[in-house]
Amino acid sequence: MANYSTNEFKSGLKIMLDGDPYAIVENEFVKPGKGQAFNRVRVRNLKTGKVIDRTFKSGDSVEAADVLDTELQYLYSDGEFWHFMDPQTFEQTAAGESALGDSAKWLKEQDICTVTLWNGEPLSVEPPNFVELKVVETDPGLRGDTSSGGNKPATLETGAVVRVPLFIEIGEVLKIDTRSGEYVSRVKD
Amino acid sequence: MVSHGGDSDQWRPAVSLERLKARAALLDRVRWFFRERGLLEVETPVLSAAAVTDPNLDSLVADYRGPGAPPEGRLYMQTSPEFPMKRLLAAGSGPIWQVCHVFRGGERGPRHNPEFTMLEWYRPGWDHHQLMDEVSELVAFVCGERPVRRRTYAELFRPFALDPHGASAEECAAAARRLGFQPPDGLDRDGVLDLILSHAVTPELGRGVVEFVHEFPASQAALARICPGSPPVAERFECFLEGMEIANGFHELGDAEEQAARFRHDLEVRASRGLRQPPVDQRLLQALASGLPSCAGVAVGLDRLFMVALGAGHIDEVLPFPLERA
Repeated sequence: MANYSTNEFKSGLKIMLDGDPYAIVENEFVKPGKGQAFNRVRVRNLKTGKVIDRTFKSGDSVEAADVLDTELQYLYSDGEFWHFMDPQTFEQTAAGESALGDSAKWLKEQDICTVTLWNGEPLSVEPPNFVELKVVETDPGLRGDTSSGGNKPATLETGAVVRVPLFIEIGEVLKIDTRSGEYVSRVKD
Repeated sequence: MVSHGGDSDQWRPAVSLERLKARAALLDRVRWFFRERGLLEVETPVLSAAAVTDPNLDSLVADYRGPGAPPEGRLYMQTSPEFPMKRLLAAGSGPIWQVCHVFRGGERGPRHNPEFTMLEWYRPGWDHHQLMDEVSELVAFVCGERPVRRRTYAELFRPFALDPHGASAEECAAAARRLGFQPPDGLDRDGVLDLILSHAVTPELGRGVVEFVHEFPASQAALARICPGSPPVAERFECFLEGMEIANGFHELGDAEEQAARFRHDLEVRASRGLRQPPVDQRLLQALASGLPSCAGVAVGLDRLFMVALGAGHIDEVLPFPLERA
């Protein structure tokens, strides 16, 4: 397994600590003029999301985490696991609820997601930045009201609820930014 | 061909011309300060066949293959001008000062650039307390008046119920853990004290004041005299402004035999850590043996002093070409 020296530390670097994979969030070099040099880092546990602080002696090495971002197609959920497939190799991977987190509500079958694997196991799933989802429930549309700026909740086919303009109707397909959870536009057929 | 710096705007300085003019004006004030006081400005070599032995300092190396080359053509770049300046003092120079570039391997961060500007001066006949007064006068002259505060190293650790002179390594480590800082493996006792100081204390030092810390543990004497007593303490001080170490000063060790013993001890520590064994500066030892006048000396990180004067939060805000643009 590869190692990283503290000299290579930068935000985003994936390292192993106490048996868990972590991503470096912040790295600060601290050194008294006549004393020991340290790297003071803030790291995020890639399994739990918890952020902790750690101090290393500058020059020490730490094991690299075998963490890999892959682009996988979402197939279906059986209620317990979410199943993905590599579109090139057709190899399938199942991710549990902890890896999905908030992402589950944006997943539509056949969409390509970024699945982060650690030692081959899914750690986290990022939906596409933009998804197109059908409205299954919302108050009746106010036809023609495209300018008042008001909004209302709408439930989408995946179960996600987003704020949409008043003119949106059931059955329409909407483009949603999954990073903010915000409505972007209607999708014209 | 190996190229350097692909980004097309990296040739430009990292700071504005106004900032460089402000820096030049501050450097003028430093020169004025020493000219008024009658110290002799000197220049000493950046390169030497001998190097500092301090295990916490990493000298950069330059290749020189021309006439007069040392063994293996290896010249060490100074981490401070201390050794040649002491040779000048031993030769009867009287009070001297200089501004020069110094080099330290592995040091890069918001307050570190591996090449930086050092101001160093020596006062024959003075002790470190007198020199602390002069450092605060310089700070006032460059950064404006502020109150001065002095505390001993031991006083800094009192809030943590830790005696840094008497506590065992394990007691020091326990104190660090109580503060939420797990000492990394392989850290010695002084390393744990450095951990506590740099993580829990330094960020609060010198806020709105010129803050001096003095009477360091004897194990951290570096090139300072040790005042015998219970506990023995090093006649060493550091100066802090706005959470940053600005200066380090000593009532200088003049005993050649003790100096040689400290060099040997440094080399043993370096060997145990797998660090390079640089050649010891025999000319410094000869100068001490011939007689260094009793004196105090101090080194000031000039870039950091200018950071405080200009309200900068990062060393790159006072350097035209920090490492990545150099």
